[in-house]
Amino acid sequence: MRKTSWETLTTKYPALFSTILLIVALLINFYLQPNMFARETLNSNMRVFLPLVLLAVGQAFVILGGGIDISVGGIVSIVNTILAVYVGLNGSIEKVWLFIALSIFAGILCGAINGFFIAVLRLQPIITTYATSFLYGGLALFILPNPGGGIPQRVAEFYRTTTPLGIPLAFYVIAILLIIWRYVRSTQYGSYLYAVGGKAEAAYETAVPVTWIHFSTYVISGFMSALAGIAITMLSGSGNAEIGSPMTLTAITAVVIGGTALSGGVGGITGPIMGALTLGIIQNIISFAHINTWWETFVKATIIVVALAAPGLINLFGRRKS
Amino acid sequence: MKRFYISPPVAALILAVVLFLLSGFLPNGFGKDVHVAVAQATNIVRLSVFLGVIAAGQTLVILSGYEGIDLSAGSIVTLTAILTYVTVNGRDDKVIYAFLISLLVGAVIGLLNGLGITFLKISPFVMTLGMSGVVTGLIIIINHGNVSGKVAPIMTRLIARPLSPKIPIPNAIIIWILFGILMWLLLERTTFGKHIFAIGVNRITSRLSGVNVTAVNLAVYSLAGALAGFGGFLVVGNTGVVFIALGQPFLFPSIAAVAVGGTLLSGGKGSYWGTMAGAIVLTLITSLLTTMQMPDSIRRMVLGATLLVMISIYGRQRGFRQ
Repeated sequence: MRKTSWETLTTKYPALFSTILLIVALLINFYLQPNMFARETLNSNMRVFLPLVLLAVGQAFVILGGGIDISVGGIVSIVNTILAVYVGLNGSIEKVWLFIALSIFAGILCGAINGFFIAVLRLQPIITTYATSFLYGGLALFILPNPGGGIPQRVAEFYRTTTPLGIPLAFYVIAILLIIWRYVRSTQYGSYLYAVGGKAEAAYETAVPVTWIHFSTYVISGFMSALAGIAITMLSGSGNAEIGSPMTLTAITAVVIGGTALSGGVGGITGPIMGALTLGIIQNIISFAHINTWWETFVKATIIVVALAAPGLINLFGRRKS
Repeated sequence: MKRFYISPPVAALILAVVLFLLSGFLPNGFGKDVHVAVAQATNIVRLSVFLGVIAAGQTLVILSGYEGIDLSAGSIVTLTAILTYVTVNGRDDKVIYAFLISLLVGAVIGLLNGLGITFLKISPFVMTLGMSGVVTGLIIIINHGNVSGKVAPIMTRLIARPLSPKIPIPNAIIIWILFGILMWLLLERTTFGKHIFAIGVNRITSRLSGVNVTAVNLAVYSLAGALAGFGGFLVVGNTGVVFIALGQPFLFPSIAAVAVGGTLLSGGKGSYWGTMAGAIVLTLITSLLTTMQMPDSIRRMVLGATLLVMISIYGRQRGFRQ
């Protein structure tokens, strides 16, 4: 079957569609909220989007490697509850650093547990991380049974208001992520990642360390989830053991809207970052468009489904014409 | 070397029986009273019926392979439960009508899933996830905070009560056994059933051997939707009340039940008997933890750990070396 030009384009540039989508969403948002590019508005939007961006990047590694991680929300919750309970509203700055380090370690450990069961014991990723999501979510609830606790005001303010050179903090984080990604992509690890995600058996036969690569993607996802947890804790300033669970499926949606196939081996992290931003902007648009509250969920979900369906529709009609 | 092998459905059943017998030793367990033990066992099986029926559609979708999964099952359950509740409104003569509406609405949502998956090439995970959002949106619009309705006496009689005062077997269990036989006939004794297994193993060879892969796939998703709709009908018949979060708690347990029952999540191999056993095991564990009055956090962790242990025993995929 001959490929249409659109298909060739999207295969070559997996982030193409998400770029178009992001631009469209930005334009609509700009129309509804003319001051959105003002420094204050931009910063207040970006600091809300950042946790999901971080989560989507971690998820993208796992999905590129051919897996899926449903436990990320649980890890976010663990990190959030650790910080809110052990640092507390009046914690010293040393304490903040200590528990940030500890929660990153916790995230990596959770990722390593996922990786052990999936890569070493060869269990199916979706059901394994589903099981560990209960473990992690339960642990978070054990640390903090009722919403409460918090982090020092100063730390939260730092996250909310830091804009070096007038540019929101989140843009620096995204830039660093992209630079690291460019480097990773050029290393042997990068090529192995795509090989494993594309066809694990074939990769194994060409001496790619499949187990180790699979394992590493879950550790990376755990690490990124911990960062997302730290970001969302600084954003909210308080603790809630249920804070992470709704983020899991949103992060996966962001990755897919970003052109990274769930079957693995196709895509990158640029698309998922744009996907996460697009989802945040869609939320913005809905709240600014004064949609009837009862209709909000329906409208949002329909927009997402249409966004998911669009590339397929274009392919379908493109094929008819040629 | 021949390894000692127990088929997963049998293993799950043995596990359920052992767990149940052990639960008798708990402080508030049934102790030495056989009558209480039988009553408790019957009750747990009765509670498993709802998960079991909802997991039936999930079994079909997962068997059909290629990452097949139905994340919209939970919201379909809520939607059809609400529709049944409103349609019946306490009148026995409307029950058949509500039953058909439930099946039809479920089937239409399932068909939309199937269309997106087969024609727009959206991965099942994301397509059904998006559809779940749309259906949840619909529920919020229909529900508008609260709905007025009532289940009919005949529904309670048929679903929640025992067969007759002399035979203390709840009708729900009898419905489930008949349902199980129908599912077995469908999967093992019809061409359609054989085709589901065939497309689960390899779609290209199936197509080349004359299976209409597209039609089978569409039928599987529609049927799964209809079965979830049937699940909603049963659930409301048992609970007698509806609320927005009614169906969602069944979603991931339905996938877990399929996995625990030994059906490969990659498709092509499994049975509905296994899912039935899996549903009983999951319901048993949940109700045991509830009777032991564990806090929610411990309950979640134990559930996660048990799931991990069970899938570690027989959910392992083939190693690369073999």
